[in-house]
Amino acid sequence: MSVFLTSLVALLSFWRRHPGQFLTLLGGLTLATALWSGVQAINAEARASYAEAASALGQDELDRLISPDGPFAEDIYIALRRAGWAVSPVLEGTITRDSGVIRVLGIDPITAPPAAQTIDLSATEDLRAFLSGRVYGAPELVATLSEGGFDAPLTASANLASNTLLMDIGLAQQVLDQRGLISHLLLWPSQHKGLPPIAEIAPMLDRVGPDTRSDVASLTNSFHLNLTAFGLLSFAVGLFIVHSAIGLAFEQRRTLFRTLRALGVSARVLVGLLVAETLLFALLAGVLGMIAGFFIAALLLPDVAATLQGLYGAAVDDTLTLRPSWWIGGLAIAILGAAAAAAQSLWRLWRLPILAPAQPRAWARASEAALRRQTALAFALIIAAVSVGFLGDGLLSGFAMLGFGLVGAALLLPVVLSALLRLGARFASGPVSEWFWADTRQQLPGLSLALMALLLALAANIGVSTMVGSFRLTFTGWLDQRLASEVYVTARSEAEAEALREWLEPRVDAILPIWNLEARLAGQPGEVYGVADHPTYRDNWPLLTAAPDVWDRVAAGTGVLINEQLSRREGLFPGDTIRLPRQWDAPIVGVYSDYGNPEPQAMVGLSAFQARYPETPRLRYALRIDPRLASGLMEELQTDFGLPADTMIDQASIKSISLQIFERTFTVTGALNVLTLSVAAIAILTSLLTLARMRLPQLAPLWALGLTRKRLAWFEVLRAALLGALTALAALPVGLLLAWALLAVINVDAFGWRLPMHVFPADWLVLGLLAILAALVAAAWPARWLSTRAPSDLLRIFANER
Amino acid sequence: MTLKLTGIRKTFRSSEGPVEVLRGVELAVAAGESVALTGESGSGKSTLLHIAGGLELAEAGEVTLGNMTLTGMNDATRAAARREHFGIVFQQFNLIPSLNVADNVAFQSRLSGRYDPALCQSLVEKLGLNGLEARFPEQLSGGQQQRVAIGRALAGKPQVVLADEPTGNLDEDTSDIVLDLMRILVEDAGAALLMVTHSGRLAAKLDRTVHLSHGLIAA
Ligand SMILES: Nc1ncnc2c1ncn2[C@@H]1O[C@H](COP(=O)(O)OP(=O)(O)O)[C@@H](O)[C@H]1O
Ligand SMILES: [Mg+2]
Repeated sequence: MSVFLTSLVALLSFWRRHPGQFLTLLGGLTLATALWSGVQAINAEARASYAEAASALGQDELDRLISPDGPFAEDIYIALRRAGWAVSPVLEGTITRDSGVIRVLGIDPITAPPAAQTIDLSATEDLRAFLSGRVYGAPELVATLSEGGFDAPLTASANLASNTLLMDIGLAQQVLDQRGLISHLLLWPSQHKGLPPIAEIAPMLDRVGPDTRSDVASLTNSFHLNLTAFGLLSFAVGLFIVHSAIGLAFEQRRTLFRTLRALGVSARVLVGLLVAETLLFALLAGVLGMIAGFFIAALLLPDVAATLQGLYGAAVDDTLTLRPSWWIGGLAIAILGAAAAAAQSLWRLWRLPILAPAQPRAWARASEAALRRQTALAFALIIAAVSVGFLGDGLLSGFAMLGFGLVGAALLLPVVLSALLRLGARFASGPVSEWFWADTRQQLPGLSLALMALLLALAANIGVSTMVGSFRLTFTGWLDQRLASEVYVTARSEAEAEALREWLEPRVDAILPIWNLEARLAGQPGEVYGVADHPTYRDNWPLLTAAPDVWDRVAAGTGVLINEQLSRREGLFPGDTIRLPRQWDAPIVGVYSDYGNPEPQAMVGLSAFQARYPETPRLRYALRIDPRLASGLMEELQTDFGLPADTMIDQASIKSISLQIFERTFTVTGALNVLTLSVAAIAILTSLLTLARMRLPQLAPLWALGLTRKRLAWFEVLRAALLGALTALAALPVGLLLAWALLAVINVDAFGWRLPMHVFPADWLVLGLLAILAALVAAAWPARWLSTRAPSDLLRIFANER
Repeated sequence: MTLKLTGIRKTFRSSEGPVEVLRGVELAVAAGESVALTGESGSGKSTLLHIAGGLELAEAGEVTLGNMTLTGMNDATRAAARREHFGIVFQQFNLIPSLNVADNVAFQSRLSGRYDPALCQSLVEKLGLNGLEARFPEQLSGGQQQRVAIGRALAGKPQVVLADEPTGNLDEDTSDIVLDLMRILVEDAGAALLMVTHSGRLAAKLDRTVHLSHGLIAA
């Protein structure tokens, strides 16, 4: 024991004398843990919110009866009830207010099974208030709504998800304007024996099992997978720092190791000591990293919440809760990371003969054989990536392809750089420039880890910004097509809609009804739209593929359009048919792009829609009017017709809202991008600082031969810039391939749409300069250190006094 | 050209106060002459050699080579003078690790613009380095490394060769071979040689020996 402690103290004393290195190691591990656990905290928060939303309805425990045609009539409920089935009706829907989309949940408190009773209504008084119109909502929602926009007595309840209002089903039918309709029936867990089968009483209903992962959770899965992938990348990049810091500390303590071994500490004990030391570091950095990660998450969460709300209508609390599982996960990842970073050094120490040369060698001098092995591994990984890309299917294999490809590319980097430097040496003239090229090549093994980190960060940056840029271009063009009408207005009731149409008739060029029906399409919750036959659609609608007479057939009701998501997910194309509500097997005549919408959608001609779904409320209209008159019309709609302002919106506003949602979606990605790049810069800095010390013996002869320290320092800076530039160059194809994979594979799997790729060379230039800048900044410090070495430090190299 | 040191003084600050290492050293080495500088360990031999080569600065005194005064120069000019007029061989770590033997030998001569491939080739042969031209320093023995360093020092046709225990890390037989080679080659080139050694046996091989003690040359 005393051997262990005494030796441990000796080992740890090293860090007191090298506080800078201590901070580098701790900082690297802290940063890696922080980025990873920050992302995890965000994901956990979102998942908890989804689970809360699911449990609000008892949906996570109870079987349900649903209709593939969407909401169905109350009569069916009554029939089941009469037959003896214990079922309870639920109406679910959304309304839009200034504050955003609100989920309305209508329940019947008398028949609701206990698992569905989120709100305690056991007191007669509460029950009576509920039945006579009391509405429950999450405290924040209640606070915003009580300022206006909702006229019903509101009561706050912490049990509800942040965008949900719970009310009596009768009230919900009014609020949602779905009189006499039910979205689904909840089945009590225990039922009487010998009841007639449901299929006999209500053949149109399907029984579905409990769903712990709400629809929202499965929709947003891809988004969270994206975040996780980014977190993992940042973590890996952070580990590069830790690896080089640990490697350096091991090299510097070789003499100490030898002495300890000579004094009778066995290799086993020594390795044990270093494992203990690594563990100590991991725990310390783990705790610090968790704290930093918490702040990162708290900073990013509002944007993530806004993204999820905008993209999927998913409500996520934007305040962070700390969960024990998160703490344990964070510490585990810190320990795992430290272990991975220290493994190589520990292995070397284990194999070190007692009297190995105690002088620090130029560390990690990769032999030719090691380099060949690395290249082979790189190619194997790239081949694996390509095969997974071809053979695999789904999001996970998409990410596996990216992972293999990126790591393969990173491993290939030293070989590529070495070849480029060899090429550069061809053009060198004069001894100093020849030395510069040769020496740069010799530095590669020591720097390659940091450069790989830089490559990954740059490639991720190029890939993601290309994807976002392509998305932005496509999206804005698409919005122009999709939102061709000048004004959109929604009446509050059928009667008002009728009056509105009459009122509008003389004032606008065209009134285009947009009537829709919630329905299950190919088993997923989606929507069917009825649209008018009008040049607005014929000229503008963003069709991806279409039969030749597409619009005529839609107008005639002999063909329907579906969105890209539905087409890709189900493999449906023009010529196939799709099952729409009321057993309508409609021929598909076209596919249109529908970005930002997670759900399947179908579009049918207005007359066919009216004929088949006559009970659908006819509330929404798109209005064509001279754009200069649009704002005047909206004013008149409010003053003369008497519609509230929140029932109408003009084209420009919708566009700007859509773009805002879009931009917020990628704020998080942008922030993670910047963080990853900074981590890579720090990795370079630590590697250069490490190497600077080992470089003295390499540079001293040049100084003695008559190159000034200043000039040598400049060469160091120049070398860093050169390597930064070459790495950026190598990152470009990798980044573009990544972008392609994101656009053509990941997006299609995650969202159901494929985007055309656009390239932005100006961005590459900026990023390249940024990479060089990062390398320069990282090189400045070690170079300064070098240029201020006293001659005696350099001279000491030559004498046998080290 | 004669290397001349006059009134050289050097003091190092240490934790126990200032240590006067050189206290007015006078020394001249003429072209074609070889001088051994001996003295006890820590007597200041290396310091004196460093000052002679402009690698370190003295507090007082003058270093001249022909009509050049090294002591009055700035860092860059001194570096240039070192490139052109001096060949320096240290006890170890003389070579540039990223260059092979041939490039190391040629390096300084190319720096000073006096590259002569024939001279380099003949030096490689005379130093017995044939066949090793493509090797890198780490692939050479200590004796081989020192021979490359000597080749490099001489390939630039220097006026002065300064050597600080160039054979200090070598065994006796190898030392003899290396030193003999250096002495002959310097003599052929007509340069001045100042070599630090604490071995009387090696010092005896040179034209003259000076002894440094208590900060002064005792001739
Ligand atoms: N950079 C320095 N700082 C402080 N003292 C030094 C330095 N360089 C040399 N000395 C001291 O100067 C004295 C002479 O050193 P040196 O010239 O290396 O001796 P020698 O080569 O004769 O063994 C020694 O006492 C040494 O400790
Ligand atoms: Mg000495």
